[in-house]
Amino acid sequence: MAKELLKGNNAIAEAAIRAGVEAYFGYPITPQTELLEHMAARMPALGRTFVQAESEVAAINMVYGAACTGKRVMTTSSSPGVSLMMEGLSYIAGTEVPMVLVNVMRGGPGLGNIAPSQADYHQMVHGGGHGDYHPIVLAPASVQEAIDITVLAFDLAEKYRTIAVVLADGSIGQMMEPAELPPMAELKKHLPHWAVTGEPGRARRLLTSIYLNPDDEEVTNMRLLNRWMSIRENEVRWKEYFLEDAEYVVVGFGTAGRVALSAVRAARAEGIKVGLFRPITLSPFPEAQLKEIAAVSEGMLVVEMNAGQMLDDVKLATEGLLPVEFYGRLGGVVPFPDEILGEIKRLAAGPIPNQNGHARQRWLERLALIKERD
Amino acid sequence: MINPLPNTHTQVVYQRPKSLTTAVTHYCPGCTHGVSQRLVAEVLDEMGLREKAIGVASVGCSVFAYNYFDVDFVEAAHGRAPAMATGIKRVFPDRTVFTYQGDGDLASIGMAEVMHAAARGENITIIFINNAIYGMTGGQMAPTTLPGMKTTSSPLGRDIEMTGMPIRMAELLSKMDGSSFVVRRSLHDATNIRKAKKAIRTAFEVQQQGLGFSLVELLSTCPTNWDLTPNEALSFVEEKMIPYFELGDYKVADAVKALKL
Ligand SMILES: Cc1ncc(C[n+]2csc(CCOP(=O)(O)OP(=O)(O)O)c2C)c(N)n1
Ligand code: SF4
Repeated sequence: MAKELLKGNNAIAEAAIRAGVEAYFGYPITPQTELLEHMAARMPALGRTFVQAESEVAAINMVYGAACTGKRVMTTSSSPGVSLMMEGLSYIAGTEVPMVLVNVMRGGPGLGNIAPSQADYHQMVHGGGHGDYHPIVLAPASVQEAIDITVLAFDLAEKYRTIAVVLADGSIGQMMEPAELPPMAELKKHLPHWAVTGEPGRARRLLTSIYLNPDDEEVTNMRLLNRWMSIRENEVRWKEYFLEDAEYVVVGFGTAGRVALSAVRAARAEGIKVGLFRPITLSPFPEAQLKEIAAVSEGMLVVEMNAGQMLDDVKLATEGLLPVEFYGRLGGVVPFPDEILGEIKRLAAGPIPNQNGHARQRWLERLALIKERD
Repeated sequence: MINPLPNTHTQVVYQRPKSLTTAVTHYCPGCTHGVSQRLVAEVLDEMGLREKAIGVASVGCSVFAYNYFDVDFVEAAHGRAPAMATGIKRVFPDRTVFTYQGDGDLASIGMAEVMHAAARGENITIIFINNAIYGMTGGQMAPTTLPGMKTTSSPLGRDIEMTGMPIRMAELLSKMDGSSFVVRRSLHDATNIRKAKKAIRTAFEVQQQGLGFSLVELLSTCPTNWDLTPNEALSFVEEKMIPYFELGDYKVADAVKALKL
């Protein structure tokens, strides 16, 4: 299939259709609405299910019901809508049924704005809903990657009977880029052995997330945990750029990682030995890979469009092996490559001044200077 | 053992419906949850739906309904059963999908989900148990609690100045164009139980015929949290609940009338 000029939201929707999604339930919210609209136009025409639910609460519970039938199902939303889905996500995790959620993040908290943001990292990566569970979270940095990751998300969700999240931001959703869609996959012919399908000639099936007896709940929690351990073992994904001889390493995901790549290229042009590490799975987080890199590098710079949410995970992973600095923009502001280039130069210039305190504290002080200068 | 009667003279007149498991229910003595579940099971048997039905249990005393029905089941979050049922029905339109919900579940936290399922004319059946109280959590006020009725969260009796009047769900849902069959029945005596069963049967027929949203509201007892004996509880339904929650057919769409059931 040839490359076409595609908008991120439409590309994700079409990728899901081609991956064989059979039911979509959603509610309009910017900056992901084109995704819902694409589904509205395509799904009924293909004889598949599309429902515009009355709220994100209803949408995720429709997904929950449809997921219990073992078919490929998904919903999509943006930050405030995803907050409303947390109840359903927890039930889905507890019932061990697969589903795909796309969160096209926007500025927050509260109603915030409709600009690109990465402020839902903690909410998505570290749970969000109640109870002990881990979703798989994948972060694309281009329209092509969003397509590939969406297809992968369905496969992973089914393989591990888990929630797989495509965590994009408004700029991935809204940007247009040349990209290639996969061919149309055949719909699943066989439903899994646990699927509630109302079929004759077999013992009844039951799907639930309630285990009143704590011992039973513990067994369930353990099953979830074991599955998670195997996901950690097998499904970590990331991309490296210019790391072979790098003394300094920038770490960023999604759009922030993409902007950082421009900065890294500019720094390379100036002779600075810097590379980029871009996690694709935020959950499971590439801990071992980062630790390995930390052991052979001089310093790290974490770049995010939030106040340093992944920063905490990078610091944990690198175990204090090297100085970790942070640069972020908040509230829907996307950093310019120049801002990050300035940070790379500062890191490469030698011992970081004012090593006291936390990287976030130092960043805040620098940001205050920048803001004053503006 | 010698059967004193020749076989031609024995006739089974009452037995466990196939759609019920042999599990002993956890319901309190005198609770009518067991009655309504049996009625649903009898209807599933009679209509031959046991092996194509998918039930959606809700959060409330009937949370374990799935242990008692011998059909495929899922268990929804509090109030969300109609949304979950929608998800199932849309991918399996030829299965019989029903929810079984209490009044806290359906009329309070799940108000949006049930109203919109009705608005969409979702082709599902809802069995709605109205016992005027939150049973499972120990007897708090429900949106259906009668004025002046004492509950653990309205210890001086429901004060309508502060909490408004009880919600009449059957009346409310009858106003939705997507509703095809919405009726209220009671479980307080044998005659009414028979009428309730007939309504449940019609509701499932409506779904079978693809006619849209059907709901049977059943006035039910909670002797434990009403602090009444089982018999007193049945009288309470008749004397206190029915005057406010009048029994009747609130919506019978023309297409349903045409079924001539
Ligand atoms: C989100 C959420 N809030 C509260 C509860 C606690 N809760 C469990 S059952 C219930 C009330 C159920 O009452 P009703 O629907 O009337 O059913 P009954 O027990 O009377 O049959 C509540 C509030 C819960 N499980 N989930
Ligand atoms: S608490 Fe009330 S509703 Fe629940 S089982 Fe007992 S009598 Fe029935």
